[in-house]
Amino acid sequence: MLRFFLRRLSHAVIVVCGVAVLVFSLIHLIPGDPVEVMLGEAAQPADLQALRHALGLDQALHIQFWRYLQGLAHLDFGNSLHSRRPVLDLLLERLPATLELTAAALLLAISVALPLGVIAALRKDSGWDRSAMAFAMLGVSVPSFWMGPVLILVFAVWLGWLPVSGRDGFSSLLLPALTLGLGMAAILARMVRSALLDTLNEDYIRTARAKGLPMRTVVWRHALRNALLPVITLLGLQLGALLGGTVITETVFAWPGIGLLVVESIQRRDYPVVQACVLFISIAYVLVNTLTDLVYAQVDPRVRLGDSS
Amino acid sequence: MRRLPLSVVMLLGWAVLALAAPWFDLHPDRIDLTHILTPPGSTALLGFDDLGRPVWDRLVMGARSSLLVAAAVVSLSALLGVAVGVSSAYLGGAWDRCAMRVIDIVLAFPGILLAIALAGVLGPGLDNVVIALCSVGWVGYARLARAQVLALKHRDHVLAARALGAGQLRIMTRHLLPLIAAPLIVEASFSIAAVVLAEAGLSFLGLGIQPPAASWGSMIRDGTRYMLVAPHMVLAPGLALLLVVLAVNLLGDRLRDRLDVRGRG
Repeated sequence: MLRFFLRRLSHAVIVVCGVAVLVFSLIHLIPGDPVEVMLGEAAQPADLQALRHALGLDQALHIQFWRYLQGLAHLDFGNSLHSRRPVLDLLLERLPATLELTAAALLLAISVALPLGVIAALRKDSGWDRSAMAFAMLGVSVPSFWMGPVLILVFAVWLGWLPVSGRDGFSSLLLPALTLGLGMAAILARMVRSALLDTLNEDYIRTARAKGLPMRTVVWRHALRNALLPVITLLGLQLGALLGGTVITETVFAWPGIGLLVVESIQRRDYPVVQACVLFISIAYVLVNTLTDLVYAQVDPRVRLGDSS
Repeated sequence: MRRLPLSVVMLLGWAVLALAAPWFDLHPDRIDLTHILTPPGSTALLGFDDLGRPVWDRLVMGARSSLLVAAAVVSLSALLGVAVGVSSAYLGGAWDRCAMRVIDIVLAFPGILLAIALAGVLGPGLDNVVIALCSVGWVGYARLARAQVLALKHRDHVLAARALGAGQLRIMTRHLLPLIAAPLIVEASFSIAAVVLAEAGLSFLGLGIQPPAASWGSMIRDGTRYMLVAPHMVLAPGLALLLVVLAVNLLGDRLRDRLDVRGRG
């Protein structure tokens, strides 16, 4: 277990380093002079030079990279060009909103997907199954930036039950969480169904049934437990889609999280903030996936004993 | 003749509409101030938008944008990804390790986030959307192709080909590629849906196709401001997008069952 742990951890460290390099090079992908792009065409040469110096862009590339790494080690992402405040402060300010939204969407997705997938698997080919899977198909296909506005129109404007946008208490969380979580709920429901169907065909399920255990016990105690393993992996992977999805969902609902910060900063050409946000979210995603793998290996020895490719 | 499935009919409709757009009498940029926000009716099939432009005409042009981006991104990223995946698995060694590292790193980013950041940095525009989506999209094919080839490369027929003196390129293209085509086709069909959604998403954020050119994503964004007085501006492009993505996903499911590929849940 320790060997697997160390191998998985060193892999994560390498990936995080690669992510940092890629994010560093983002600013150099700006076509033309990045400083001119940030300040606009009317900028004075002195201002251009000052910003170039402030961002360290007048240094040689390897020195820039070294400074960037030093900054990261101190959790120093530089200052925002727009508000002149440290980027880390901006990130930490927005973090709770994004965590809240992601957690709510995740919770919603699981609590919809689990019963839906189980019912669909137990009543395979019935009307229940077909409508659950039709819902899942619709869920993966509906664009969140369209669903969000439609939900606002129906629940906030016509019915007046929920606030239109912003972050103000539990009621304002519902629509964004629903918008963000629907796609994941759909994917999870399909996965739960197919995993449970596979498990229900196993010999030990037949044995459990033959013992005379009630179906309820067989499903909840025996089948679901094994069926959930692949679901957990998928959950970890889908979290990336969820984190990426916050950018659009937060924009639709003016939800003051990191996703909205990304879009605002791109519009303001505040690239240090964009870099830091992308780096932050990606590292969080790598950590979650590494953690998922480790938990998975703890639960299922086949994972750590098998080859790791 | 067998009946075509609904999803295929819908996709054909999308493609025909997009490709035949130049032959229709469309005026997506014609501004008619007397018709601003007019709902669907006799003067125009889907009404007019906030600038008095006909929504139907813009919808067709939007179909064209999304089809163009989808075709470009799916073909380019499949080409690149399969080349990297097949060669890294078959050749192995330093090239394989290097390719695997890059794949792992790109996969470490939530896909849409990297595309948004790239599009934001490169600046808006059709070609930058394609570049951004390709940079994210190729890894899926690369990983899939690599895994498939790893499982196949020690098969007897590959060994036989090698014994007969076939070159590495020939073995990869003639003896390995045909065997891994089925899962790649399924992956490609699902990725059309992902690309269409991503293009619209980028355009919704203002990072994609620029005005006055039409994209379903930017039509939805513009429409949300007038949702109360002119819901047709949001509903029309949204439903178009939903139907296309739904059709692609349904087709992907059918293909997966037909080609007997086990994959994503």
